[in-house]
Amino acid sequence: MSKNKSEYLINRKDNQYEVVIGLEVHAQVTSESKLFSASSTKFGAEPNTQVSLVDAAFPGMLPVINEFCVKQAIKTGIGLNAKINNRSVFDRKNYFYADLPQGYQISQFKDPIVGEGKVILDMPEGQKEVGIERLHLEQDAGKSIHDLDPQNTFVDLNRSGVALMEIVSKPDLRSPDEVSAYIKKLRSIMRYLGTCDGNMQEGSLRADVNVSVRAKGSKEFGTRCEIKNVNSIKFMQMAIEYEANRQVDLIEEGKSIDQETRLFDTKKNETRSMRSKEDAHDYRYFPDPDLLPLEVSDEFINQLKTDIPELPDDKKKRFIEEFKLSPYEANILVSDIDTGKYFEEVVAKMGKNKDIKLAVNWITGELFAVLNNKNLEISQSPISAKNLAILVNLIKNGTISGKIAKTVFELMMDGDKDPQKIVEEKGLKQQSDPKALEALIDKIINDNRDKAIEYKQGKEKLFGFFVGQAMKVSGGKANPQLINEILKKKL
Amino acid sequence: MSDITKQSLSELVKNIKDKKLSSEEVTKAFINRSEKSKELNAYITEDYSSALEKAKKFDQKPNLELKLPGIPMAVKDLFCTDSIRTTAGSKILNNFVPTYESTVTQNIWNEGAILLGKLNCDEFAMGSSNETSFFGNVQNPIDKNLVPGGSSGGSASAVAGQLTPITIGTDTGGSIRQPASFTGTVGLKPTYGSCSRYGIVAFASSLDQAGPMAQNVKDCALLQEVISTYDPKDSTSIDFKRNEYSKELSKNIKGKKIGIPKEYRVDGMPQEIEELWQKGIQYAKNCGAEIVDISLPHTSYALPTYYIVAPAEASSNLARYDGVKYGFRAKGENLTDMYEKTRSEGFGAEVQRRIMIGTYVLSSGYYDAYYLKAQKVRKLIKNDFDEAYKKVDAILTPSTPSSAFKIGEKKDDPVSMYLNDIFTVPVNLAGLPGISIPAGHDAKGYPLGLQIIGKAFDEQNILNIAYAMEEKINFKNKITDWWIK
Repeated sequence: MSKNKSEYLINRKDNQYEVVIGLEVHAQVTSESKLFSASSTKFGAEPNTQVSLVDAAFPGMLPVINEFCVKQAIKTGIGLNAKINNRSVFDRKNYFYADLPQGYQISQFKDPIVGEGKVILDMPEGQKEVGIERLHLEQDAGKSIHDLDPQNTFVDLNRSGVALMEIVSKPDLRSPDEVSAYIKKLRSIMRYLGTCDGNMQEGSLRADVNVSVRAKGSKEFGTRCEIKNVNSIKFMQMAIEYEANRQVDLIEEGKSIDQETRLFDTKKNETRSMRSKEDAHDYRYFPDPDLLPLEVSDEFINQLKTDIPELPDDKKKRFIEEFKLSPYEANILVSDIDTGKYFEEVVAKMGKNKDIKLAVNWITGELFAVLNNKNLEISQSPISAKNLAILVNLIKNGTISGKIAKTVFELMMDGDKDPQKIVEEKGLKQQSDPKALEALIDKIINDNRDKAIEYKQGKEKLFGFFVGQAMKVSGGKANPQLINEILKKKL
Repeated sequence: MSDITKQSLSELVKNIKDKKLSSEEVTKAFINRSEKSKELNAYITEDYSSALEKAKKFDQKPNLELKLPGIPMAVKDLFCTDSIRTTAGSKILNNFVPTYESTVTQNIWNEGAILLGKLNCDEFAMGSSNETSFFGNVQNPIDKNLVPGGSSGGSASAVAGQLTPITIGTDTGGSIRQPASFTGTVGLKPTYGSCSRYGIVAFASSLDQAGPMAQNVKDCALLQEVISTYDPKDSTSIDFKRNEYSKELSKNIKGKKIGIPKEYRVDGMPQEIEELWQKGIQYAKNCGAEIVDISLPHTSYALPTYYIVAPAEASSNLARYDGVKYGFRAKGENLTDMYEKTRSEGFGAEVQRRIMIGTYVLSSGYYDAYYLKAQKVRKLIKNDFDEAYKKVDAILTPSTPSSAFKIGEKKDDPVSMYLNDIFTVPVNLAGLPGISIPAGHDAKGYPLGLQIIGKAFDEQNILNIAYAMEEKINFKNKITDWWIK
């Protein structure tokens, strides 16, 4: 679309438009129980089986803050390099809906628990900093189910009261790719911290996407539209693309953009107006009188800081320095906490004489392909880090060739077998005995006299033919390096 | 003993402990009198048969170590009681039966008391005359067609009419003290955070507080001792050292400094209220207290502040009554229609008025001018008290600007009704304890009360002052049993 590969611009006739995107990410806090009650947060339970009297807003029931959720929010704030506020206030956001039992959502409006921070994205053209406006804690609502009965709506309150972190970015994102990188980075940080599992299928991570467009070079923001509740990165990207083009078209037609809330229709791939600014809810926010302001001391925060694990940015830096990886390789390995863990375990099990590059290639190549095919997380890998380390070592010390290794790898998947054993049992060990190989080559040359003569006369291409024959006859086990050496000598 | 119901709580406890009375005899006596007193309409829900069963069970194996051994009592129908209908005086909760018990009532049962039934009150505790109850007016035992005050009107009527030896009410702006004053009984509004709000149907969360109502100060102290506990289930419950109020009760208030706030001398206050106040000052002096003139400069802003803060919180607290989960539901074309019909049929006029006021003051564009400003004024009112308490130990005021009025007299004039709370509301806004004790009668022979306001967590001190003054005042309630045929 645009000349500069890194820049996402929308072109119309002589005009170029830049897209400005801000995200409000709703991340479900990883916790056993809900934000203000002791009910379980487990996903997938029978409807209305994880509902306390507080969650269902029975008369006289009162919220009591879950300290663990507060800690999770603070840890996340630390992971986002953000300011942790010593004092924050829970407010009531008032509106009526069937799946909102209290008639209000307890949220944080004026005084959130976490203030400004930043996230670094690794884009192909370099690093990009995205500002975090704030992070606040709030309750999730229940779920309305409209398609079970033609007359009635059913309500499932299992989610009602589950703790969410709303992470609001500054309008710093400029393309669908940056949005994708941003979401992935947030998810990665939270998974490292153990504060959100980032599972988008289960709704643990979803976002409201604010989109506006402006003429390239303009400093003013355009009128934005908010696309509500998008629950996959792909849909976010599609929604942004559609919405940005819609807005550009309006401007090109000389029309104005209405500030409004829109919905993304994933089937039709379009956004549709949900409500205009005039129809916007008046949420009548006010401090929840059932809860005292939340006060956290510096000591409390500092204690949590000591619990923070090495985060992706630091891990990446260390991988580059310690293992001499390229930034690209390091990025791939740190993006998911379990991948980093797996990689480091492989490195540890490889022992002294190790080939880290080779290990990286095997993890990001063969292993990722298998996981992808089988739709597995690395934590569910059919091949343990220990056995992969052994396999890499077998290649490194010449016991098997890379080609044989692929066969071994396939066999390893059946019950995480020890590659050493596979090699022994199947007799896959590389042939490196020079005498045996010489005999083998002598026979090949003998059988192909005519080709040997052609080679000597200058048809050097035929060298490959002899290598191939050697490999074929040896069942792929011949040491390719030795074959090369012997062939050169003999031909 | 023929006059069991005339006995005070302390007498009943002593007689049960001395085995002169059984719980069954006492329970029967109060049930009999309650049954003869239907005209008072003090009860919303009676639970007599199971009360008798519990009394018999108690007598079989009486635990006389308890503070309320086998004592029957009815409670305001704002406290959720496990398996007993809890209505909050509203149609919208007409058939609501909780599966849980409020902390305050649980504390009472834990000390051996037995539930007689649930007492009438203004709908969601919004009212000063018990006339907003869906279950009808309550008669004041003092005189026919006289309001008992509100919102704890059924509670006050039941104590004054000896339908229950003691009771508990709730007080958001005066709902314990004003009906106590109207019925010649004693009512304590404890410090905010003293009694758990868990399981009490909420009106205005930052103001609501449960408290005891009784025939005398000593009974009141004993009940306060039972109901006031720290409760982690209420985030606004405060963990402070609670006295054994009844044991530590003392009439020795010599040298206590009692403040008289000049701002409580409001325009149009009847002469007899002024005279009562002067009499009260004299009684306090007679008890050895020292009288100090003080100023609470922001007093006149308390009532408007209250009528912003309380409705604002109420408008949100009552949003849960939407017909979706429990309680009354009207049929509707769609969700919004169902909401509108449920809430306009389920809530009475006064509740709807306050929901509208509250919704208005929280609306965008009005929030700063009303709610935020009210919060600032509330702080100033609290500061007034903080300043005053640098000079005095307690404050003495009238409880109400008038004695009880006739049913219907103020029903169509909400502002005049709201003025009833003028002396009690500042105490709630500041989160302080206040007690109303009967101190005299007006020309019509209706009781009048005096209010003693204390420092936060200083219930013992105001109970002591009330206890000392009670003896000097020697008030006798004029109950003629007019309603018993």
